[in-house]
This record gives sequence, structure tokens and C-alpha cells, in this order.
Amino acid sequence: MGIEQKLGNMGVVTTTLESMVNWSRTSAMWPIAFGLACCAIEMMSAQASNYDMSRFGMELMRPSPRQSDLMIVAGRVSKKMGPVLRRLYDQMPEPKWVIAMGDCASCGGVFNNYAIYQGVDEVVPVDVFVAGCPPRPEALIHGVLTVYEKVKGEKFKDLANA
Amino acid sequence: MLFPGTARQGRCATKQSPTELEIASSGRVPPRNDGVKTMDKKLEPIIKTVQDKFGATYEEFRDEVHLFVNPEQIVDALTLLRDEYNFELLSALTATDYWPQTAPRFHVIYQLTSLANNLSVQLRVPVNGSSSKLSTATGVYAVANWRERELLDMFGIEFDGHPDPRRILMPEDHVGHPLRKDYPLGYEEPQFTFNFDEIDLRKPYVKE
Amino acid sequence: MSQIEEVSLEKFKHLVSERALTGETMLLNMGPQHPSTHGVLRLLLELDGEIIVNCIPDIGFLHTGIEKNMEAKTYQKAEVMTDRLDYMNTMGNNLAYVMAVEKLVDLDVPVRAQGLRVILTELQRIASHLVWLGTSGLDLAAMSMFLYCFREREQILDIFELVSGQRMMTTYFRPGGVWRDVPVEFEKAVRDFIKIFPRRIDEYESLLTKNPLFIDRMVAIGCLSKDVALQYGVTGPSLRASGVDWDLRKARPYCGYEQYDFNVPTRTEGDTYARYLVRIDELRESLKIVEQALNKLPLGPMRSENRKFVPPPRSEIGVSMESLIHHFKLWTEGFPAPKASIYCAVESPRGELGLMLEGDGGPKPLRVHLRTPSFDNLAVLPQIVKGHLVADLVAILASIDIVLGDIDR
Repeated sequence: MGIEQKLGNMGVVTTTLESMVNWSRTSAMWPIAFGLACCAIEMMSAQASNYDMSRFGMELMRPSPRQSDLMIVAGRVSKKMGPVLRRLYDQMPEPKWVIAMGDCASCGGVFNNYAIYQGVDEVVPVDVFVAGCPPRPEALIHGVLTVYEKVKGEKFKDLANA
Repeated sequence: MLFPGTARQGRCATKQSPTELEIASSGRVPPRNDGVKTMDKKLEPIIKTVQDKFGATYEEFRDEVHLFVNPEQIVDALTLLRDEYNFELLSALTATDYWPQTAPRFHVIYQLTSLANNLSVQLRVPVNGSSSKLSTATGVYAVANWRERELLDMFGIEFDGHPDPRRILMPEDHVGHPLRKDYPLGYEEPQFTFNFDEIDLRKPYVKE
Repeated sequence: MSQIEEVSLEKFKHLVSERALTGETMLLNMGPQHPSTHGVLRLLLELDGEIIVNCIPDIGFLHTGIEKNMEAKTYQKAEVMTDRLDYMNTMGNNLAYVMAVEKLVDLDVPVRAQGLRVILTELQRIASHLVWLGTSGLDLAAMSMFLYCFREREQILDIFELVSGQRMMTTYFRPGGVWRDVPVEFEKAVRDFIKIFPRRIDEYESLLTKNPLFIDRMVAIGCLSKDVALQYGVTGPSLRASGVDWDLRKARPYCGYEQYDFNVPTRTEGDTYARYLVRIDELRESLKIVEQALNKLPLGPMRSENRKFVPPPRSEIGVSMESLIHHFKLWTEGFPAPKASIYCAVESPRGELGLMLEGDGGPKPLRVHLRTPSFDNLAVLPQIVKGHLVADLVAILASIDIVLGDIDR
């Protein structure tokens, strides 16, 4: 069962290059295996048996930033971790996306103090914020699907200018 | 006196203990009563020895014993307790800051546990704010190595003869000691709908 | 934002051997982003070929300022911080905190609340050991363990969600009792788990315990002797695997642990395999405690009646003026605690979780110190990895079961 059964013996399919490239990017997005705190456990849950994120083409967590195109910031980012996080982000090849998972990464959460960045958008640019402390695995999957929606709408000329 | 330091009196208003009938009817255990649960009798000779040898004073609260030892004698006291009375485990090593009081400003706290006798005792060392130096306990308990680094990092209490005096939790270039009472919490105003624009202007967003 | 500090040998020269200074051995950086460090831990390794000469852990990448932040909150509000401390053991952290507050203000706890606390803490211990088993299996290339363990863990998280409305950060225990009584479905959910779980432990054991690949990676690796363990303040399963029979649940029973019949598993070898076996045995023992506590769970109030510290039930507020005043005072001011300091320790899945709480007579604590077990358990790592291969370091690190939130606080 595959695309050939749905389309029949058509031979040729026409589409724009832009939508085809964006479609293929969403179907094999590799996140960087990078857990910080509590949310990392829920991120692991999202990949384990009950939630199984590989249904969305995401079963591969890459330990190297060079091989990944999505960064899930799962947890609070301390002042000591910030520069490291930034370097990991800089090492990822373009195009790349960032999900701020959980309240701590989104806005500091309950930790309003000297040690924690009040939102990871002070360190790396964020595409999608996922609320919750920690977010349920379903919420993370929803966040990932929201990134897909964003990717599907991207224009080549915006990427070229960036 | 806001922070009376060594001479503290800690007792809650005593409650009337419930009658047996009340316990039976409500399914509650009777409240812990200070008069009933006191320190272990096995601790008495230990306290006496430490008092005789080091001139320590002591306090009792609930079932805990706090011994106050001079800064110069802390290593000797720890060695004595470890070797003579089987306190093998240094459970916790931390400090309390009584700022704005300066003499003593800190209490360095050593929580000792004896596995063999199932006892606990707490040693407290008053340290002045101006000369916050102590000799290291690394030779007595190896665990003191990291715990003393934490105290150096968080309170700025230095330990003479420490083998590795670096910061442990904060970045190396950090200024100040976060757990001191005169160090600000670093609270930032949260961003809500009503003040969104105002805070958005000064929030340090990263530039790509 | 400050920059990443560059590693200079000058700063570490008192920690590495002479040969590193001449360039004979190599310094290798492992972490903070590394799949096998179980979080953001950085290890600086001095290597002779592939053999570890020295290991210098660098922690603090998850330093959250929890202690300072708790000092700025009232006793009730500070409790949410303890959840996020050791995020594998949220119920246990709550327990340590509420027990410390109860000891400080001398508050009674009803028997039913004690029973519920025991059941949920032991379930949390099982959940924590399951995450350890799954991730350490993953480190040693037993990928399927991860999937099996998280399947069972979800069942425990469902029970937590049932009682508290949250999967992980429950804040279910409150000073003087628990937040509210458990729903009627609770008993069936726990009984279902008790029924299936023994077979699941057998399944894990049949996959790992006698597996020759697994044994080769673990036996006689990372031996920790009893004396070194005590010197470095190692507690919990790692200490018990080195032959010290020390469990706070047995030695200083709290929450009525003295009524339950359970063993404290110990081993004498002190190697990675012994630590694995101790934790597997603890899964069975914890399950025994859960079953006994559930059978003994009495009916009755689940919160103390002492209105000075414990809020009245919602239904009372509408009809009693006094309750309304108590409620208002508790949620605006909080309750005062005496000017005194206490130390309260419980047995977490990783060891002795101690809480030093010092009041200053007001509604906020003067000082909260969390004696976290992983901090001391990690401090011993440089001693036990010397002479092993880098690949063994991964197995040893997994076996001491560190949680970075617990270390950095």
C-alpha cells in the first residue's frame, strides 16, 4: 500500500518544487537528542511505546547537532547552559527549527530567579512554544505538528533572504 | 533581635494532646509531643565528651541535637566523632546566612550520621562575615570536597587547605555568591497581556 | 550572554597527572550534550589510549536556584519547587518537604494520609527505577528495555494523574496530609498494577540478568568498596550494593514504614552488576510494600484538623466564619514557623534525601538546604572509573543512577 495505489497508473504528478521540498522536510524531521530537565523525561515518553512519535517520521534522535534539523529545548536553561545551547544551535545546518518545550523554556516557568533564562528566546530564536509543566506527550506531538504546518507554508525566497 | 544566632528558642505553642477516645474516633495519630520525643539517650556521653574537650554548647529541638563548636576546633571535633563514636557519614554540609547580623554572620552546619549506632548529630560553627575562613574537612570526610566547593560558590566561605578551590555550580566568571542574603533573587517581572508591549521592548531577545 | 569558557590545562593542572602536562595523555571533553550522560553533565577525561587516567566532572549546567527561590516563598508555595528538583522522584521530594515542615511546626498527620503517602512514594520509586532500567539498558545497547519500561511507567503515571491531575509534578502531599482524598477508581488501578507487574519484572530479568553480553559489560566494572562509599557519602542502592545495610525506611521508620514487612536487598560485590541486582530486587520489595499498604489503608480524614496550618475543607468555608478567616489567613499570609532548624531525611530511590529547614518566626523559611543523594553519588565517580575504558564509563554512570536536577538543584 502506498502512493501508487492511491494515484493509480498516472505516471506524472505535477506540483511546485516548493511544496514538494517542504513536504519531504516534514516527513523526516530529525530532532537533536538533547534533554535538559523534567521535560526531557516526557520527551522520552513521547518516543516510547505508548505515544510513539515515530508515527510522524521522528523516530531518529540524532546525538550530533550536525545531523539534526529540529531542536527541542526540553527544560529550564541556566545561565551556565545558555552559551552551550547557543553553540549547539549554531552547529545545526540550515534550515532548522526550535521548539521551546514547557513553561521553563517558554517563559521561565516557576523559576523566576538569578540562575534561569526567562524564556529560551533570549538565547535562540523559537518557532513553537509548548505550554505545560511538563507538557503531556500529546502536547509535544501537537507542537511538532505545528512546526510541520509552519514548514509547509515556508517560501524559498524567504529562506534565500535569511 | 531578628536573628539571635546561637541562643535560639524554638517551641511552638503546645497543643493539648487528644484523649484516647478522640484518637480512636478520628483515626488520627496523636501529635508529636516535644516532651515525649526527645534526643536519644545514647547521645548524652558523646555530647559530654565534645563539651569537655572543645567547650561546645548545645541546643535541643524536637529530637535533634545541635552542638556549637569553635571554628579552630572543627576538624578535631569531626575527627573525634568519626574515630571514637562511629559517625562514618557526613550527611550534609551547608551553611545559613544570618545577614544583616555580622558576628556571627554564618553558621556552617555539619550533619553527621552514625550507621552503626543509628544516631545523628549536628555540628554548627559560627563564622564571622569579615573573616569567613575555616579549615577544610576534606581530610576527615572525602565528601567535604564538593560540599565545601559549593559553600565557596554559594556563600563565599573559604576553606584553608582545600585541594580544589573552584566554583562548582555557577559559571567561573560569575560575580557574587547567590545564596547570601544580600544577593538579590533576580526576579524579573512576568509578561502578561496587560503589560506585554512594555516588557517586550526591554526583553533581551536574541538576534538570529 | 557570556561565552563558553575554553578549557585551559593551567586551571586543571592540580587535578590531572604529570603526563597530561607533557602531552603524553589526552584530555577529552564528554558532554554537556552527550546521549549517555543522563542529562547535562560534563566530564573532562584524561585518557591514556582508551583507558581513563582521571575524570573531572563539571556540574551546574542545570543549576536552578531552587534553594534561594524557596526562601522567597511561603511554606505552602515553596512546595512546588521540590517537585522539579529530582524529577524522577516527585512524590518522594514532596514527602521530604512536607515531613520537614510537619516536624518544624509539630503537625499531626492522619493515618490514612500516611498510608496514601507510602503507596504513592513506593509507586514513584518503581517508576524511577523503571526509567533507570530503561535508560541504562539503552546505554548498553538493550534498546527494547527502554520501550518495555516506559510501557509500565505510563501505568504508574496514570495512577498519579488519577489522584492529583498531573502526570509528573503532582504536589499531592501537603503539610498535614494530602491534597484531597483519592477517587474510588484508585484502588482498582493500583491492584491492576500489582497484578501485572511481578510478571513484568520476570520479563526484564529474563532479558538482562543472565544475558552474557550484559554480564560482560557489568561484572567487575566500577567496583566501589564500602569504605570509599562511606567516605564519599554515597547512599541508597549504590551503598547497599557495596555491602552496607542502611535504608532509612528500616533504620528510622517514618510514615508508618515499621508496620510493613519488607527486606532491604544488599550485595557485597559493589560493582555495576551488583547495583543492577539491588535495584531489580527493590522493585519487588516496593511492590510488596504497596500491596500491604493498600490492604491496610484505613478510612478516615486525609488532612489534619489543625486549622492554624491546614486549610479547612471547601464545604466549611460557606458556613463557618472561623473557617473563612483561617482560609484567608493561610492563603494570604501563610503560617508562621518557629525560629529553629531541623533536618529531616527520607529514602529516595537514589539515597538519603535530606532537607534542612530553618525558620525565622515568619511565614517564609530562612534557609532551605536540600541534601540531594545524586550530588554525593556523583562525587565518587572519579574514584571508581580510574583504569576503566571509556565505554565502561557509560555503564558505571548509568549504574549510579544520577539525575542532574538532583545534583545541580
